[in-house]
Amino acid sequence: MAKSPEEEHPQKAFGWAARDSSGLLSPFHFSRRETGDGDVTIKILYCGVCHSDLHNVKNEWGFTMYPIVPGHEIVGTVTKTGKNVKKFKVGDRVGVGVIVESCKRCESCQQDLENYCPQTILTYNSYSQDGAKTYGGYSDIVVVDEHYVLRFPENLPPDAGAPLLCAGITVYSPMKYYGITEPGKHLGVAGLGGLGHVAVKIGKAFGLKVTVISTSLKKEEEAINKLGADSFLVSSDPAKMKAAINTMDYIIDTVSAVHPLGPLLSLLKLNGKLINVGLPEKPLELPIFPLAMGRKLVGGSDIGGIKETQEMLDFCAKHGITADIELIKMGDINTAMERLAKSDVKYRFVIDVANSLSQ
Amino acid sequence: MAKSPELEHPNKAFGWAARDTSGLLSPFNFSRRVTGEKDVTFKVLFCGICHSDLHMVKNEWGSSIYPLIPGHEIVGVVTEVGSKVQKFKVGDKVGVGCMVGACHSCDNCDNHLENYCPKMILTYSAKYYDGTITYGGYSDTMVSDEHFVVRIPDNLPLDAGAPLLCAGITVYSPLRFYGLDKPGMHVGVVGLGGLGHVAVKFAKAMGVKVTVISTSPNKKKEALEHLGADSFLVSKDQDQMQAAQGTMDGIIDTVSAQHPLLPLIGLLKTQGKLVMVGAPEKPLELPVFPLLMGRKLLGGSCIGGMKETQEMIDFAAKHNITADIEVIPIDYVNTAMERLLKTDVRYRFVIDIGNTLKSSN
Repeated sequence: MAKSPEEEHPQKAFGWAARDSSGLLSPFHFSRRETGDGDVTIKILYCGVCHSDLHNVKNEWGFTMYPIVPGHEIVGTVTKTGKNVKKFKVGDRVGVGVIVESCKRCESCQQDLENYCPQTILTYNSYSQDGAKTYGGYSDIVVVDEHYVLRFPENLPPDAGAPLLCAGITVYSPMKYYGITEPGKHLGVAGLGGLGHVAVKIGKAFGLKVTVISTSLKKEEEAINKLGADSFLVSSDPAKMKAAINTMDYIIDTVSAVHPLGPLLSLLKLNGKLINVGLPEKPLELPIFPLAMGRKLVGGSDIGGIKETQEMLDFCAKHGITADIELIKMGDINTAMERLAKSDVKYRFVIDVANSLSQ
Repeated sequence: MAKSPELEHPNKAFGWAARDTSGLLSPFNFSRRVTGEKDVTFKVLFCGICHSDLHMVKNEWGSSIYPLIPGHEIVGVVTEVGSKVQKFKVGDKVGVGCMVGACHSCDNCDNHLENYCPKMILTYSAKYYDGTITYGGYSDTMVSDEHFVVRIPDNLPLDAGAPLLCAGITVYSPLRFYGLDKPGMHVGVVGLGGLGHVAVKFAKAMGVKVTVISTSPNKKKEALEHLGADSFLVSKDQDQMQAAQGTMDGIIDTVSAQHPLLPLIGLLKTQGKLVMVGAPEKPLELPVFPLLMGRKLLGGSCIGGMKETQEMIDFAAKHNITADIEVIPIDYVNTAMERLLKTDVRYRFVIDIGNTLKSSN
């Protein structure tokens, strides 16, 4: 008979899990594997609440395996290291993002693109190579192969830095890959949530001119005065959209609601690039004529490899970039999820795990 | 009062034009301008029939100006050059493609991308600098600014070379721009018509492995044996498509009918590129998840600039690449259009203008 989550591994663990598609989280006793030779055991201090967590607890993507402990923006302290571990020692400040294993042999893994490995194991809701389900960072400890653990820079605050482990790399990686790093060029950021607000900050750090594209006029003041965007475009205002035609070199589209791509494409100059990082459930409408007439392209990107995630953290530490967060207690997670569903957060919830997760 | 097409310019010309959205073409007397100081005038010998001609004669894109003389795959022999023309002389074999004018002062023009100039002037059904309407190559003579004229190398047959002026550059440009031209790469070509068959030939000449993706199994033999494709995928065959998942560096999609993109995105390797050169009238559905999960992209491309068009013609001449054509007399043109609509042609009609277009004057 299969062992219960509490008994399947030797190290006791405690967290909050969702049991069904209501998505409601509640206390959950489970266990973590023994610290293997290549593993690092981490006491979790903070964990960001990513919108993917919300999609997953409610099984909106159809592949949730309950019970599910979400959380893939984890920052903590090393408490144990396996005997072959070279990069970390007890007491180090570390981070864990979206991936905890990959095959290490395929072309993608060889190129430091573990995120595109067909056998990637996710931090939660996946099956590990030992056959056990993975549980995420809404919990007290986690055990991870050192290859997938990030060194968390000392000068990055662990709470406001936690969201970088998913939101940060999700926008940083395509900016590097698609060349959205040339000072003076014009970047549009569609959607001002967890991903969008970090994209604005990283874009400014690259020396780009940044325009936020949003349906909500009330986000303008903060976009410009607090986040440092150069301008703000209300996408539901036809006159303003028309005036902005053919002005942007790139657009990072973080919007996960279904929306037509035509209006965004028209904002791009010749050879402009529209990069999707949001995950709409249904296909989006794409007109082909404007794509051909302007030799434009629509690309996708999915988080980033471990090496690049480390590079991103170091970049953010150097430029003083963190997420804007609202720190919450573990017990408030369900309310936070409800507010997240209404985009009522500026701009990421982060759970103060160490101080509020009590058995 | 505006002058009639016959009287607006000094030099008599004759061609076949469509008068209305029926798209039916018939004899049409008109006129061409005097050879300006930078102009090249040539006697038209052949003109390819591009599917765009069919869209335009029926005003399917809403931009047609009647009477409309189509034709933008035009080849012939120079009969007169203006005093400032440097690149051509009488007797040269030349061609004109989709453009006859541009602003020459924007960034795109400076970068040899006249095709993306916002003031680019099309070879037909467009307003020229002098305010008159441009008429295309289903006619006996053509006058063009030398900037938009390409030289046809001696070893390239004029009839089979004509379609390169639109179909050729339309697929050559994105193969180069999107880097799908490296020996050993694997590129898919969707649709085996005018654009598709030329794409196969160019890609093979670049050392690329080519798979044709088509709805029609009966095109397989020809794709493999005649055009030189390495393999053939029937897009409606789930098993074949599944087996080919994640195998292509790029895909050139020439299909202008509505069609699903998801299966094509699945054929791409990680970081693969799907390039649209066919122009469906209505938007297509783009599934975003698969684009993200493999860091794939979907791009567009529209003909090519003049420098690249000449480069493409020279490449074709060097590698003996021409279109597979069916030569027709001008009075077959309406029947040809009907057949083109049913894609009943291997793979381009070319009108033998020189021998069959005769004015009754």
